[in-house]
Amino acid sequence: MKTSLKSSLLGLAVSSTLLWAGAAVAQDVTGAGASFPAPVYAKWASEYNKATGIKINYQSVGSGAGIRQIDAKTVDFGASDMPLTDDVLAKKGQVQFPTVMGGTVAVVNIKGIAPGQLKLTGTVLADIYLGKITKWNDKAITSLNPGLDLPDAAIAPVRRADGSGTTFGFTNYLSQVSPEWKEKVGEGTAVNWPVGAGGKGNEGVSAFVGRLPNSIGYVEFAYAKQNKMAHTQLQNRDGMFVQPSDDSFKAAAAGADWNKTFFQVLGNKPGKNAWPITSATFILMHKVQDKPANAAQTLKFFEWVYKNGDTMASDLEYVPMPASVKAAIEKSWSQIKDASGKPVAYK
Amino acid sequence: MSSLPSAPRSRTGAWFDVLFGWLAQGAAWVTLALLASIIASLMVGAWPAIERYGLGFLTSPVWDPVQENFGGLVMIYGTLATSFIALLIAVPVSFGIALFLTEMCPAWLKRPLGTAIELLAAVPSIVYGMWGLLVFGPILATYVQVPLQKLFAGVPYLGALVSGPPVGIGILSAGIILAIMIIPFIAAVMRDVFEVTPPLLKESAYGLGSTTWEVVSKVVLPYTKAGVVGGIMLGLGRALGETMAVTFVIGNMNQLDTLSLFDAANSITSALANEFAEAAAGIHQASLIYLGLVLFFITFVVLTLSKLLLQQLKKSEGAKS
Repeated sequence: MKTSLKSSLLGLAVSSTLLWAGAAVAQDVTGAGASFPAPVYAKWASEYNKATGIKINYQSVGSGAGIRQIDAKTVDFGASDMPLTDDVLAKKGQVQFPTVMGGTVAVVNIKGIAPGQLKLTGTVLADIYLGKITKWNDKAITSLNPGLDLPDAAIAPVRRADGSGTTFGFTNYLSQVSPEWKEKVGEGTAVNWPVGAGGKGNEGVSAFVGRLPNSIGYVEFAYAKQNKMAHTQLQNRDGMFVQPSDDSFKAAAAGADWNKTFFQVLGNKPGKNAWPITSATFILMHKVQDKPANAAQTLKFFEWVYKNGDTMASDLEYVPMPASVKAAIEKSWSQIKDASGKPVAYK
Repeated sequence: MSSLPSAPRSRTGAWFDVLFGWLAQGAAWVTLALLASIIASLMVGAWPAIERYGLGFLTSPVWDPVQENFGGLVMIYGTLATSFIALLIAVPVSFGIALFLTEMCPAWLKRPLGTAIELLAAVPSIVYGMWGLLVFGPILATYVQVPLQKLFAGVPYLGALVSGPPVGIGILSAGIILAIMIIPFIAAVMRDVFEVTPPLLKESAYGLGSTTWEVVSKVVLPYTKAGVVGGIMLGLGRALGETMAVTFVIGNMNQLDTLSLFDAANSITSALANEFAEAAAGIHQASLIYLGLVLFFITFVVLTLSKLLLQQLKKSEGAKS
């Protein structure tokens, strides 16, 4: 036992030295930002490392910090859950492109309510988080759910305490469906919540919802699924009640016009089957590269990702970008140039 | 003199002494320089917020990242209130622990008990946070808040103090968790200083027929008050700065519409930990740094007050004799 541990440790040390030596020869790529796609970026990075020997360091520090780091050029690429508008990008001299999509779902903890049973509309959700609907047997909720036995109990709303892309997707959706929400609270990675307790991270919110009877919260769908939480159906823009799934997230992405701009917030998109709180996550790079070699390595990585990464993403409950969008993304990379104005060659 | 054989050694000792003196002085100056540069960088980082809100930041309860309107009252109140509750609980309990350990504890129990208390201080704060959220919060809500709400229903001020949904998170939970976290620090310091009271003094008092309480209040406490105040301040400093455990149980709510002890609130450290990573550069980030500056200032004031208190105690001592 002891010797085997020792030898495996030794093996680990030797192999990591070898890896390190190999990576030091090739160009390492560093990126930082959004935590939502961090698991899939880590998976891609490790598979890419196996395939090519090139190391991709991704620090999951949060979108805001990722934006700060790419602005300061301390990393080769930044990552953000919130797309930057075209004006801001132009001002900063950066390009952005989406990598994967995901959905945010409302989860509830009501005795006797199974996953996918409860139906809610966007306005009801907004009114709950505005503190206007305070009981589960409020008429606005019972009229949507004639078959369900909803308790005469106070609703305990739970939301993210830390700034997050999930909150951005959620509040963006509420702002689109409720004028009152838009006026009083608005959208952002962190907002001034009128009611509710805040949990840190998806795990904090799900701990709260799991523990508090009659609570409601919002988490990424992958998280709700893994923890078998009772997610709700939501009414989409076409008036249909839909269940969250890969298909309904893809349907939402189909409702966006990616060819014009990558600034696409996928909340409340048209489409019969579209899930209303869908969002993509983005990569940020500078248009003019001081270190074109690093930029080429970064682009090579993402080219490989778009070609080989879809199953890995789906396995982790992310939704890959449609082929048409991928083509548009690779076309957009011609904007990334070295100091002399020549496009960075990555092929 | 000349017969001493160690003359060459004392010469090397001399330059070594000078070097050591310089090094020691250098270390002291580095500390001061660090302090000054921390204040300076906080000031620079917070400047946009200071310029925009001035001192009004301290009294405004609005924290709205979307409209970019920031005020720190909710977090400042939360930090002060939770630390106050923590001290309110921790000081008497720690005093009891230290007193028991030094004056009344049977010898065989002294070491295990003392070690156990020191071990408590080594528990990582996130463990306290998780325990508070998952175990302590529900107990507090079910067995304390709900009965209190029933008891005080309709009573004007007390009723408001315990209102809110029975969630088990908020100012009171955070205060109690903080109390548990700082008890080992305060108790350990108190025990150590109680133990250095010369036995001669204590034995004399006992010999004159004093009770244990009289010995403690008239001999031990006056002899050790500097250490006791120091221990309490150490605990208070920890309570003011504690982040992780508080984030878990305080609820992170930036509204100040009730004074209920059971309502979710926020503290300075918790707001910083939660929002800093995602805060966009600009007024949001500057406001968060401003909050950090305020916390720095609060800690500074607390330290100064404790020094003043000690001086006052010393002065009154002189007056008596």
